[in-house]
Amino acid sequence: MSSKDSYYVPHGTYWPIIGSIGIATMFVGMANMFHGVSWGGSVTALGLGIVLFMMFGWLGQVVNESVNGLYNSQVDRSFRWGMSWFIFSEVMFFAAFFGALFYAREFAIPWLSGEGNNQFTPDLWNGFVQTWPEIAFKTPAAELRNGTALSVPTELIDTWGLPALNTAILLLSGVTLTFAHHALRAGERNKIIGWLVATIALGVAFLGFQIAEYGHAYDIGLKLNSGIYGSTFFMLTGFHGFHVTVGALMLIVILYRVQKGHFSKENHFGFEGVAWYWHFVDVVWLGLFVFVYWI
Amino acid sequence: MATDTIAAHDDHHHGPEKGLLRWVKTTNHKDIGSLYLWFSFMMLLVGGAFAMVIRAELFMPGIQVVDPHFFNSMTTMHGLIMVFGAIMPAFVGLGNWLIPMMVGAPDMALPRMNNWSFWILPFAGAILLSTFFMEGGAPAFGWTFYAPLSTTFAPDSTDFFIFAVHLLGFSSIMGAINIIATVLNMRAPDMKLMDMPLFVWTWLITSFLLIGAMPVLAGAVTMMLTDRNFGTSFFDAAGGGDPVMFQHIFWFFGHPEVYIMILPAFGVISHIIPTFARKPLFGYSSMVYATAAIAFLSYIVWAHHMFLTGMPVAGQLYFMYATMLIAVPTGVKVFNWVATMWKGSMTFETPMLWALSFVFLFTIGGFSGLMLGIVPADIQYHDTYFVVAHFHYVLVTGALWSIIAAVFYWFPKWTGKMYNESLAKIHFWWSIISVNILFFPQHFLGLAGMPRRIPDYNLQFADFNMISSIGAFMFGASFILFTYIIIDGIRNGKPAKARPWESAKGLEWTLGSPAEYHSFDKAPSRKAIEQESQHTSVA
Repeated sequence: MSSKDSYYVPHGTYWPIIGSIGIATMFVGMANMFHGVSWGGSVTALGLGIVLFMMFGWLGQVVNESVNGLYNSQVDRSFRWGMSWFIFSEVMFFAAFFGALFYAREFAIPWLSGEGNNQFTPDLWNGFVQTWPEIAFKTPAAELRNGTALSVPTELIDTWGLPALNTAILLLSGVTLTFAHHALRAGERNKIIGWLVATIALGVAFLGFQIAEYGHAYDIGLKLNSGIYGSTFFMLTGFHGFHVTVGALMLIVILYRVQKGHFSKENHFGFEGVAWYWHFVDVVWLGLFVFVYWI
Repeated sequence: MATDTIAAHDDHHHGPEKGLLRWVKTTNHKDIGSLYLWFSFMMLLVGGAFAMVIRAELFMPGIQVVDPHFFNSMTTMHGLIMVFGAIMPAFVGLGNWLIPMMVGAPDMALPRMNNWSFWILPFAGAILLSTFFMEGGAPAFGWTFYAPLSTTFAPDSTDFFIFAVHLLGFSSIMGAINIIATVLNMRAPDMKLMDMPLFVWTWLITSFLLIGAMPVLAGAVTMMLTDRNFGTSFFDAAGGGDPVMFQHIFWFFGHPEVYIMILPAFGVISHIIPTFARKPLFGYSSMVYATAAIAFLSYIVWAHHMFLTGMPVAGQLYFMYATMLIAVPTGVKVFNWVATMWKGSMTFETPMLWALSFVFLFTIGGFSGLMLGIVPADIQYHDTYFVVAHFHYVLVTGALWSIIAAVFYWFPKWTGKMYNESLAKIHFWWSIISVNILFFPQHFLGLAGMPRRIPDYNLQFADFNMISSIGAFMFGASFILFTYIIIDGIRNGKPAKARPWESAKGLEWTLGSPAEYHSFDKAPSRKAIEQESQHTSVA
């Protein structure tokens, strides 16, 4: 078969331009939504719809080509390189937010409270006390900020409550996913499905607890506008939660594809790529647990 | 049934489709390369027009042409359009066109994604330019968009700017992933890493810089977005954040970005000089290692842009010394180019003229960079026209120069035609004279203390500003001639040989002129690779 010895170069495709239109529509809608324009929300939804349609169509086409045997091992390697460097770019995205967390904690807050002989922030706010994570508790500027007060949390989130539970859940989901992979390599479809369902269930449980956690945080007054701790807390956990959601959706697609019999013992990069992604999300959570919740 | 599908999908033996929609649908690396190059050329003209407005305003002291806020929008958008719209896409276009041919591949590794990484760009550009028509005007906080100028004090259009930057980031990251996959996976089986041409090497390393740096920029603008709209305090000291943190995050992206724009240029020059000196590249492997060293160092020197922002003395010392270190691998490159020419049989066709002047002028920009890297000196130079002169020497007579050199050098391979050599030489001399009239006096302006990003100035700066503006108008006009040479070459040029430069090395010259629609259906042999390698001697 010619496709096995030559590299598969696809025909022209409309999916990318559809994706561009969708993503641009979504962004224009979002910017307008943020500015309180009435149609912003619906345009955002329209753009998101186009993006989802594009992903469904594009990835569906790739799946079809794969199932029809158009790809050889070299194409498979291209996908592997692509997926691994995509994940690396995601790591760097999270690194920016972790960097902000470290910088605020190690430099900005100590300097605000007078460390280094007030060299960097001379008498900006007298009597500012260095505290972490309850930064907003004692910020004298809390009322000054753009004329709107910061939301001051009344207590701290207990590291060893829900966050610890969620850590255990996510680590466990990594293990069940690895069992599913072993089952896939052994060709035992019922086992694959069982372990995959377990992984998805754990992911959904994680998300449920995370929503409960957000509710609790808002109840105690920890909000996006609770100063730098609230900012880093919600942006890091929020982006992580978004990635868990995407990962869970991808796992559901993989579950569907396993049931359709798309994967063989040797050839199942679709599964592996999603597994890499899930483990990446797992590792990010460990960083979150340690640096946001614990120390 | 499966065989039918394969026959329907396998595109190997077809030429391009007919009609305009071909350009929207295409998955071909040459088509996409051309799209990138034309897009970046249009953006170059747009950004150039903004520069003309800037220089017109600065022609004389006083406010004559535009109001100060619009002037600030011009400097901001000029920088953004040139960096993200002109220079970066032009290099991705060159990479698209050349890398598959240079590594003996049929196409890029991920052809559909290749299409997407281009077709996001026009949307990003449109959103960015649409900010001119919004209330409050286009972003006017400088291309570095420092907080709080870009958060607390910026108009609503800034949110559109943020989303445009996100789109540009998606495009760059996808482009970089594609190039890595192509170089590592699509290389001819007999081509070892150390057989790869330098343009391929420099682009591979640039891709790592892109994937490491662009997501950090995405993080920075996301923090801006939430600070602006959702009450977060990343860059707001009142909530325990820090505007200085914005600068750290921005320059953690920004400094690798500088090398993203110059490493592929080094690759281009490393092809042209050996061809016209008729000698193999001197120190091939040291060129590769120097590129890698520059890329590594680029990640650990970012705060030299911030010496006056405030940081501990230990930080200033570290960033100063680390910055000085970059001169070592860069010096290796410059000396290697010079040694390549030593006792060569040189001729001075247009690409060589551009490459030679690159070595001179880029090195001037490198030296002024060293001056700026010295903390006590930078206290004098910071935010003056000296900085403007410095980065225009490295970006215009560096990055842009290499792009123009590459266009002339590979023009016959792309179009199958020769450009008009005598017109091209006139264009070269016109450009190099005017660009130095334009930028060299800016050194003096900066040393005398003229600040950058200011529409009006003290009378003492009047003469040099007028000279600089005259140079700018001349340089701007040179692109009319450039456009004519390119279009004339495509339409009326004489047919080009497969290897139009007699001692050019590289697998791309073994293909026809113009190169076949699908580059290498069969991987080139070991013998061909060795013959075309940059480190064998010329027979």
